[in-house]
Amino acid sequence: MKLRKLTLTAGALALSLGGAATAQAVDLVVVSWGGAYTASQQNAYHDPYMAMHGDVKIINDDSAGTSLAKLRAQNEAGNVSWALVDVVASTGISLCDEGLVEEIDHDKVLAAAPDGTPASEDFGDLIVSPCFIPQIVYSTAFGYRHDLLKHKPRKIKDVFNLHRFPGKRSLEKVALNNLEWALIADGVKPSEVYNVLDTPAGVRRAFAMLDTIKDHVVWWDAGKASVAIQLLADGEVVIASAYNGRLFSAIEEDKQPIGMLWDWQVFDIDGWVVPKGGPHQEEVLKYLRFATDTQRLADQAKYISYGPARKSSAPLVGKHATLGIDMAPHMPTDPKNAKNTLLFNYEWWADNRDDMDERFEAWLAR
Amino acid sequence: MESAQPGAILTTADGAPLKQSLGRALRREKTVSLLLVAPLFLFIVVTFLIPIADMLLRGVDNKIVSEQIPRAVALLAEWDGGGGELPGEAVFSAMVADLQKGAKAKTINRLGKRLNYEKSGMSSLFRKSARRVLRLKEGPYREALVKIDRRWGDIQTWQLIKTFSPPYTGGYFLTAVDMRLDPAEGIVRQQEDRRIYLNLFGRTLWLSALITLLTLLLGYPIAYLLATLPTRTSNLLIILVLLPFWTSLLVRTTSWIALLQQEGVINDVLVAVGILDNDSRLAMIHNRIGTVVAMTHILLPFMVLPLYSVMKTIPPSYMRAAVSLGAHPALAFLRIYVPNTVPGMGAGGILVFILAIGYYITPALVGGSSGTFISNFIANHISSTLNWGLAAALGMLLLAIVLALYLLYDRIVGIDNMKLG
Amino acid sequence: MKFPPYTTPLERLWHYVFRIICGAVFFFLIFPIVVIIPLSFNSVPFFTFTDAMLSFDPAGYSLRWYQDFFTSLNWQRAVENSAVIALFSTLLATALGTLAALGLSRRHVPLRTTLMALLISPMIVPLIISACGMFFFYSRVNLQGTFIGVILAHAALGTPFVVITVTATLVGFDHSLTRAAVSLGASPARAFFKIIVPLILPGVISGALFAFITSFDEVVVILFVGTVEQRTIPWQMFSGIREQISPTILAVATLLIIVSMLLLTSVEMLRRRGEKLRGITPQ
Repeated sequence: MKLRKLTLTAGALALSLGGAATAQAVDLVVVSWGGAYTASQQNAYHDPYMAMHGDVKIINDDSAGTSLAKLRAQNEAGNVSWALVDVVASTGISLCDEGLVEEIDHDKVLAAAPDGTPASEDFGDLIVSPCFIPQIVYSTAFGYRHDLLKHKPRKIKDVFNLHRFPGKRSLEKVALNNLEWALIADGVKPSEVYNVLDTPAGVRRAFAMLDTIKDHVVWWDAGKASVAIQLLADGEVVIASAYNGRLFSAIEEDKQPIGMLWDWQVFDIDGWVVPKGGPHQEEVLKYLRFATDTQRLADQAKYISYGPARKSSAPLVGKHATLGIDMAPHMPTDPKNAKNTLLFNYEWWADNRDDMDERFEAWLAR
Repeated sequence: MESAQPGAILTTADGAPLKQSLGRALRREKTVSLLLVAPLFLFIVVTFLIPIADMLLRGVDNKIVSEQIPRAVALLAEWDGGGGELPGEAVFSAMVADLQKGAKAKTINRLGKRLNYEKSGMSSLFRKSARRVLRLKEGPYREALVKIDRRWGDIQTWQLIKTFSPPYTGGYFLTAVDMRLDPAEGIVRQQEDRRIYLNLFGRTLWLSALITLLTLLLGYPIAYLLATLPTRTSNLLIILVLLPFWTSLLVRTTSWIALLQQEGVINDVLVAVGILDNDSRLAMIHNRIGTVVAMTHILLPFMVLPLYSVMKTIPPSYMRAAVSLGAHPALAFLRIYVPNTVPGMGAGGILVFILAIGYYITPALVGGSSGTFISNFIANHISSTLNWGLAAALGMLLLAIVLALYLLYDRIVGIDNMKLG
Repeated sequence: MKFPPYTTPLERLWHYVFRIICGAVFFFLIFPIVVIIPLSFNSVPFFTFTDAMLSFDPAGYSLRWYQDFFTSLNWQRAVENSAVIALFSTLLATALGTLAALGLSRRHVPLRTTLMALLISPMIVPLIISACGMFFFYSRVNLQGTFIGVILAHAALGTPFVVITVTATLVGFDHSLTRAAVSLGASPARAFFKIIVPLILPGVISGALFAFITSFDEVVVILFVGTVEQRTIPWQMFSGIREQISPTILAVATLLIIVSMLLLTSVEMLRRRGEKLRGITPQ
């Protein structure tokens, strides 16, 4: 601890000396999800920022899927090397709960909307935790190979129908979402899903439904949706759950024979957290102010079909940067796609995640 | 110079007694050799052995409980958990104070997570309580806590906390063998739907044994061929064994992905020649088949090389003698040749088995969920579930198996005789 | 093939069947490695032979994945990091391992087997256990996510190979040779360089090559001990396989196969030279 304090003071001293020291290049390690998603951040935030600030170099680390472990180990050792981490809302909540990330004063740190609306209002309900800075709204939906399936899946229960839709499926290797979908496919009213899950019988019912397809599922590791896309593209599976933006890139950019099944897509939020005691925090906040302003969030939507988290960005969303197609119909929030959407219950999952994950692991191993 | 008298002590040129001098030389020799070994020894201790010991300590470390709720733990020590009575108001009051402190420091949820490993529901109990406990200003705290969550009024909650309050615990090790420490009943088997690890160890051992057997079956004939061919030919053919040995593990795993997947080379060939229908392509990856095939390929050189070096030392005259004495060649082979190769089979077998049970990368990439090994679960507990104590306990058990086999290997082959390439 | 006159037809048949079995096993060993090479010249992003490739249509082949590899910044960083990490960990492992092997090969070493067992243990302990242990401990001493941390970790994994190969060259070494040299007036240093060094050199070099390939191929430990700044070729391949299996990985694999061929040839030449030096001739 003493050593850490010493380095901190030394760092502050170096900062206050300023001048000559600022010429020193700053490396910011930004942890994100890799693939098409990191590419969209690179295009919309990193590259423009680095062009404006020659002394800052942003290094992408694609290990957001395992960020919890590394953050906790770094925190335990008092040696945090990450500047900024991209997490889904539920992870952001639990990192904040564990005191591993900094609390943020959203109005102070983030830019106001062009019309002067303060950031906290512009983001609104999406600020689900005091540590969390929302970026995008995404959904987890299904893609299917329309060339390999004789019938077109239309409902979530089709995912569980091996008879009419033969072939393997790919699902995320977590309890989250899969339990909800299993219950809805089994006939539970979507508004009742979390009440049913609150009872042991309800959880058993969800697992029993998953049991019916268990032998036909190739699991993709948490956060690695690109694996699901790859499996779909290779024809290794015929239906896969994935983030809608990843499916969009596969369908529109790579022209893969994949169709979308939007039924009971699950909305979620993705955003930034700043690790407690991370390096270059002043630089990080400067970067954050830029990367989450109204224009930058709207820019990101040019590269990937996720909805910007600011209300003020929505009118600025236009056409895809290279394909020139309208992005609006590909957004999860488009009325045509959002007929049936499931509202993810953050509080229920925060309380029950450890239990459900453990049961899920045990179920998988059996 | 006087002639040596009987009984006189032999001396060296400088007049010291020979025995003493020899002893000194021996001590010097020992010191020199230890000094040469010392740098590496220290290096291995610091960079390798201490980290492993450090990790294994995590398998029993349980200080988190007494650090997070120190006052409650101290008072609970005097509470008789078996008496059927809830602890007194003092304990509740201490618990509230501890919870408030933990909630402010945002560390209390880690404790909930820890206790949740022993009993599900503890995580949500602590989470919920931490959110509401800050509002509590004055007692009686017993009613207040029970009002926040009625599980605080359940004697089992308190028994569990008491049971897991010491700074060290065997809890993780029990979980690793599908047992648990029940506050009331002592050590019992885990509930049926939470028993996974024995099964997993069983699968790891069984698949490793299968892979070892397959490498033996495939490796024996070619080792025999290599050992009996003229040196020039065998030196060429052995390249075919050594090249895979030197090729990156990831390269070989990647190529098996390319070969085995549904739209991969093997399925394409089978469809093209009409053995398979296009709709009924074989699923050979993301399951056990993928793990077994890829690992057999990757580990085969480790079987062939020890077999080959043993077979090279068996004089061909043994077989010729047996045959010329009238034995059927097949019988002579089984009775004379095979027993002579047992050391090679033992060396190769144990080596392959040791390497196989610790495999991580290949099962992770081609094994799906039915072809994963214990290592994959250890990695998963480290990086996703964050149950580091359980990861350490599982790692310790795996290490114990490997070390037992290592000792066996030492007995059979001798570590000194380990050869490479 | 000429058979002695007394062989029965059954034996002749068996002879051919046996050769076919062996051929099949060799095929199993080598085919998965060879098959990668043509696939890496695929002009479309698939992992299998396309019709155009099978009909030897030049349009079915391209160098785009190699171009991808040579122009990608990520891969360039990975190549540089791999080279630096492998080089330094090899130097460290070779220096420490050679000294220790010299010590272990002397006549009187207390606790020789125990020492040997401990020094070889990095090779035996499952990588996931080493990786996790190093992850926790190196985090604690601020080595996690640094080049020094990764180099130390890889050096530890590489030393057993150096110890084994160098010890092997000293098996049966007649220690009276050095004593003779010294008694004939050579300084101990001169005796060491003139007698021991030439003898162990092949072992040292092939041990170093083993240590090099250990670091160069290592993926489990680096995933835990390293961060993206230390990304090596295997790290990049592993995340590539899980991210997006583009044939760029096959192009890298082909290049790695060439590297392993070079290393294999060097080690084989050294081994044969070493055996000649020690007067061991293959039967």
